[in-house]
Amino acid sequence: MELSFYLVQLLNAVQYGFLLFLVASGLTLLFGIMGIINLAHGSFYMLGSYLAYWLTGVTGNLWLGILLGLPITLMVGYLVERFAISFLYKRDHLYQVLLTFALILIFNELQQILWGSDVHSVAIPSLLAGSFQLTENQSYPVYRLFISAACIAIACGMYWVIQKTRLGMTIRAGASNREMVQALGINVNRLFAFVFSLGVALAGFAGMLAAPVDSVYPGMGENVLIISFVVVVIGGTGSIKGAFVGAMLIGLVSTFGKVLVPEMASVMVYALMAVILLWRPQGLFGRAA
Amino acid sequence: MADAILQIDRVSKSFGGLIATNNITIEFERGQIHAIIGPNGAGKTTLINLLSGDLLPNDGTILFNGRDITHLPPHKISQLGIGRSYQKTNIFAEFTCFENCWVAAQSRINTSMRFFRPASNLKAVEKRTEKALELCGLSLRRDSRASAMSYGEQRQLEIGMMLATEPELLLLDEPLAGMGSEESLQVIELLRRLAEDHTLILIEHDMDAVFSIADQLTVMVNGRILETGTVGQIRSSQAVQEAYLGVDEETA
Amino acid sequence: MSTLTRSLPLLAALLALVLFPLFGSSFYVGLVTRIIIIAIFAMSLDLLIGYTGLVSFGHAAFFGIGGYALAIAFQDASVIHLWQALPLSLFAAALAALVVGWVSIRTSGIYFIMITLALSQMFFYYFFESPRYGGDDGIFLFLKPVLMVGSEDILNLDHENNFYYFALSCLVLGYLFLVMILQAPFGKVIKAIKVNEHRVRALGYSTNGYKLVSFVIAGTLAGLAGFLEGAHTGYINPAYMSWHESGVCIAIVILGGVGTLYGPIVGAFIIVLLQNFLPEFTEHWQLLLGGIVIAVVLFLPRGATSLLPRIRSLIRMEKSISLSQEEKAKGDADG
Repeated sequence: MELSFYLVQLLNAVQYGFLLFLVASGLTLLFGIMGIINLAHGSFYMLGSYLAYWLTGVTGNLWLGILLGLPITLMVGYLVERFAISFLYKRDHLYQVLLTFALILIFNELQQILWGSDVHSVAIPSLLAGSFQLTENQSYPVYRLFISAACIAIACGMYWVIQKTRLGMTIRAGASNREMVQALGINVNRLFAFVFSLGVALAGFAGMLAAPVDSVYPGMGENVLIISFVVVVIGGTGSIKGAFVGAMLIGLVSTFGKVLVPEMASVMVYALMAVILLWRPQGLFGRAA
Repeated sequence: MADAILQIDRVSKSFGGLIATNNITIEFERGQIHAIIGPNGAGKTTLINLLSGDLLPNDGTILFNGRDITHLPPHKISQLGIGRSYQKTNIFAEFTCFENCWVAAQSRINTSMRFFRPASNLKAVEKRTEKALELCGLSLRRDSRASAMSYGEQRQLEIGMMLATEPELLLLDEPLAGMGSEESLQVIELLRRLAEDHTLILIEHDMDAVFSIADQLTVMVNGRILETGTVGQIRSSQAVQEAYLGVDEETA
Repeated sequence: MSTLTRSLPLLAALLALVLFPLFGSSFYVGLVTRIIIIAIFAMSLDLLIGYTGLVSFGHAAFFGIGGYALAIAFQDASVIHLWQALPLSLFAAALAALVVGWVSIRTSGIYFIMITLALSQMFFYYFFESPRYGGDDGIFLFLKPVLMVGSEDILNLDHENNFYYFALSCLVLGYLFLVMILQAPFGKVIKAIKVNEHRVRALGYSTNGYKLVSFVIAGTLAGLAGFLEGAHTGYINPAYMSWHESGVCIAIVILGGVGTLYGPIVGAFIIVLLQNFLPEFTEHWQLLLGGIVIAVVLFLPRGATSLLPRIRSLIRMEKSISLSQEEKAKGDADG
């Protein structure tokens, strides 16, 4: 049992890490390019989960739910950027924290109004409902493998966009030097709106993927948000690579922590961050201030 | 050199691939005004930042009064007696003139982390503050808000704050930048007075001013030292003419 | 004269607070006690945000630790002596602030915000998941602290009014303490650090030391507020140190007026009253609260108390206009 048990945990850790990466990569880009701390990012993860729950209920199919849900998250992202976030670009972090905190209150309340305070679950699509038998009493659900695969596909797609396309070049330039992008005559407003909507869609997508394995409940975005902050801090703000490494580290520490030292599991994640910051105050891949 | 206050030995600093100062060696003599000139991007401000501890060199050593200060943080260097002023005015805008200098003076009293204030201690700080204000010529403006003063006065205050820490060696990064001719003359006069009992190292673009007050000149180009010497030597140097002064006149 | 006119509204407000229990019902006295406690908490955060330039997003941790120290040490005690319990709470909060501050002070900007948030979450989860301290149910306290002189408890905090005055004294003492340190050399230096830390370092200050001391003072005061809250409600749970509380505390500071000590007190009144009375209008009151906070960020970034000088200067302007008109009239008459 030993080895396969750890294998299952390892797979879980990686799958959790990938989901965190989707949320954290948006967060780190928002900060790197737009200089925005977005506390409401977790709400978009929650939004994704609730959309998956609702639309799967309506259409009877998770795939259709995700297909319909993604444009909704993009649109929500665009509206939030236009009507709230765009007022904050030149403001102190203090006000960004406060305004996006207020957004959380609003999103939580809207969620209560639209979907109530019950805990819901989403059925795993029948296509992926099985599980692999590893040993006699160890198995691994196919759907979890699918989550990892989907995240890898997204990560590769992001890598391609960011490394190979013109848009990606602009994003990279923006993350390393925000003033320069503006000096280069790029339409900053459009870029910001795009990046923000993209970040929202990524977080929402993560929420949709996670809905069938975790339950859907009020306030679910907030745990994800704070862990994602830890990921961003560990990786270094503005660094996609950092977000990836940070997400995997956190995935491993929190999954194995829960198995090996259950009473200290949540604390360990934060302790890890503190140690890394003592060693490198700008995070693993962050630029020195 | 007879009495060097500051010795820089083979100091280099690069940012990524860009070499800002390359293998610099200079000695600064006590009691002199030593000006560093050179075109933009020559590495002058980088050099000042290395001396004040705002940047750490990749290589080389810096000795102040014989003591190795290469890797000390800015506040330690300041405590040893090296004061600096900034190219961009760097004052506390919402404080009055007096308060600006007061914070600076207070840094020398090793009990500034106190919450109850004995009057005797305050007297000492106040005296230093008043003296600095007088030196930089702002005694009459002591209760004005820094943000409400003219640009020239703010530059004077910048120097006053540095003086309130009572340094031995002053590092001045373009003290005349952006000043009108009237204001410039006042500051040059101030620098002359300071030179009587301080050592000054200054970066300046105003050549007339530099030639009129400096004892020694160092010309930097592309992160290297082109030449060091007296005003006369630098004026007549062929290399300097070609590399710097000629260019300057053309652009001017 | 100017200090008198400036402190006059404050003294009037204090007088109103002192007289309040004579007229208010015990429900309202309890409510205002809570406001006073939250005001102490918010005031301590303003020392960091408004005066030192440190945006701490984990301040609720120290509030909670102040309460937990009291609850853990005395949950089974037959008597809670104030002279034991209060120093213990303050010490625990100060120690936690020292550790958190020591780690986080070396970062700045967004990193500082995030690391204070994450470290406070660490405390939150520690208590949330520890069955020894009641997990998410928290700990009940059935006794109030006593201060015995001879065989008499001179505080008698079981009476709502007595607790009210006890909390009010803490607020006033805390306020005076902060006024004092802000006027002392220490205060000048931290204000300068807020404006331009780099320059302060170049003047020869080890700025990290100052920031850390400021952080510890703020944490200790937050611990005092947590102690009062725990003693007042007789109940302490992990929610006290959740990041929601830290966020609300920032909202209180900004709403009242950042960088003034009376601002957070005003902010505490507004937010706690809203939290109490909005639910009577609508079940979805957080929607309104969120909307109010957003409006403040967008339209009133210096807080409610910033309206006061504006109104004053408007009045003064009108006066000076009418004065100058009078003068003009006079001049015309002379000419």
